[in-house]
Amino acid sequence: MSRFLDAGDVINARFSGTVGGFALDVAFTAPMQGITALFGPSGSGKTTMLRAVAGLARLAGRLTIGDEVWQDDATGIHQPAHRRAVGYVFQEASLFPHLSVRRNLLYGARRVGSGDTVVGFDEAVSLLGLERLLERGPERLSGGERQRVAIGRALLSAPKLLLMDEPLSALDEASRAEILATFERLHAALPIPTLYVSHDLAEVARLADRLVVLSAGRVVAEGDVGPIMERLDLEPATGRFEAGVVLTATVTGQDDAYQLTRLGVAGQPISIPRIAVAPGEQVRLRIRARDVALATRPPEGISIRNRLAGHIVEIVALDTAPYAEILIEIADGVRLRSRVTRESVDDLGLTLGTPVFALVKTISFDGR
Amino acid sequence: MPDLAELWSPIRLTLILATVTTLVLLIVATPVAWWLARSGARWKEAVAAVVALPLVLPPTVLGFYLLILLGPDGPGGWIASLGGARSLAFTFTGLVIGSVVYSLPFVVQPIRNAFEAMGERPLEVAATLRAGPWDAFWSVAVPLARRGFLTGAMLGFAHTMGEFGVILMIGGNIPGETRVLSIAIYDYVETLRWTEAHLLAGGMVVFAFAVILAMLVLEKRVGRARP
Repeated sequence: MSRFLDAGDVINARFSGTVGGFALDVAFTAPMQGITALFGPSGSGKTTMLRAVAGLARLAGRLTIGDEVWQDDATGIHQPAHRRAVGYVFQEASLFPHLSVRRNLLYGARRVGSGDTVVGFDEAVSLLGLERLLERGPERLSGGERQRVAIGRALLSAPKLLLMDEPLSALDEASRAEILATFERLHAALPIPTLYVSHDLAEVARLADRLVVLSAGRVVAEGDVGPIMERLDLEPATGRFEAGVVLTATVTGQDDAYQLTRLGVAGQPISIPRIAVAPGEQVRLRIRARDVALATRPPEGISIRNRLAGHIVEIVALDTAPYAEILIEIADGVRLRSRVTRESVDDLGLTLGTPVFALVKTISFDGR
Repeated sequence: MPDLAELWSPIRLTLILATVTTLVLLIVATPVAWWLARSGARWKEAVAAVVALPLVLPPTVLGFYLLILLGPDGPGGWIASLGGARSLAFTFTGLVIGSVVYSLPFVVQPIRNAFEAMGERPLEVAATLRAGPWDAFWSVAVPLARRGFLTGAMLGFAHTMGEFGVILMIGGNIPGETRVLSIAIYDYVETLRWTEAHLLAGGMVVFAFAVILAMLVLEKRVGRARP
């Protein structure tokens, strides 16, 4: 975290107030690069925070973007929404129905100085694949196309900061995949910091670099995605069945005969259904705690091929729940999370330091 | 054979009155409709009720109060005295003021509905795209509410064309100044000049039909078109 705190180039937000009957008191820091996810269940205050950053909702506090002060109630500064260089992508695309795709895209672009642009019109159009849609009206676009236009419109308004409010939640599965791929292309091509509001852990794991976990109007955790996802105490916020870890793996080879991709995680081999990534490239994997079983000896006669050797570094078991949450270190700083019954913990005699084999049933490939 | 120049004078006056009134109505009704659609003030429905009063009040009641307000002892008389006149009653300006008050609800309501139907979101989007409030109003709110403006303008125009009671009270029957169509028809009937009455009344029927037809067709087209 310190690498963000001592740099002058950070987004610093602190807001408090009462919104719709619950108290909100949130402070967080985000780097001026990459995607920072504001994550939490519905009603945790994520969207309100985002609206306050954009100037659409009025909350008391202070907001600085690099060396620009957008709001500081102590000195009476409050920039109105139209003076804040944000690109806001709403849950529904909210295109202007009376304008063509082209004129929607240019709406913000025409209102900023040409020297400030982060991306040119043609570049944005090709990044988002909008070439064939430009003269259409918004009513003749699919949900995914609309959201791509909304993203392009936001990018062309020369934002210093992109704000995304659950941009995938109103889309069907195919459109979600399409937009996710778009985000990854943008992430690689454009150096604009992004605040991304979501309640979907899979989405966050795939996209975000940094995570701010909100619960009932407060920040309960803040940090890089990997370490945050490992933490066992965040279950109320991250949700019981979606808890897991994100690992970085290196592609070691492709197995054409079995249609598998071979990967190495901290020097240990695993396989996943074939993905189109070249050997040597790094990919992100997400492994849910409920998909990890534990064995104290290398098991035989079992169909699960992905087994990672390690030792237990943390056990959280509550008398009130049937399950225990176990954190297994498979190499320095590389950890897996497992959910097994407390009965198994006692039967196998699992304690801190016990060497175990983690058997991984399902691995989801998260891209990048 | 009826005197065509004599017939044309009230038609011309009525068309001018309706046009001027409609323009003034759009200027007055738009901010009122905007405020009614977007304000959170608790007493805004009281204001809405005042605007809607002419829907319910007999034109004679409205005309009576307007006569007092526009007359030499009212604020209208004071304004008229600035221009060297004695009163705004029985003048064309007075007719415009009366017509604006009388037709205001017909223009405010459709525009207010259109602003309300649009919701907050398009304006928020415009703000995040660097459009200031005035810019967003013209580039987003007005185009999105264009059906409301069209309906309001046509209703205001047609309603002013057909006005009688209020004008009778505050305008009288001065040829070229306050003798509008409906007054002229009334006058012709009173003096048993049936041919002239027929011509003007029949013309009004045709006109009313044309206005309503045009409105229906235009509404459909405006609803579809994207400029």
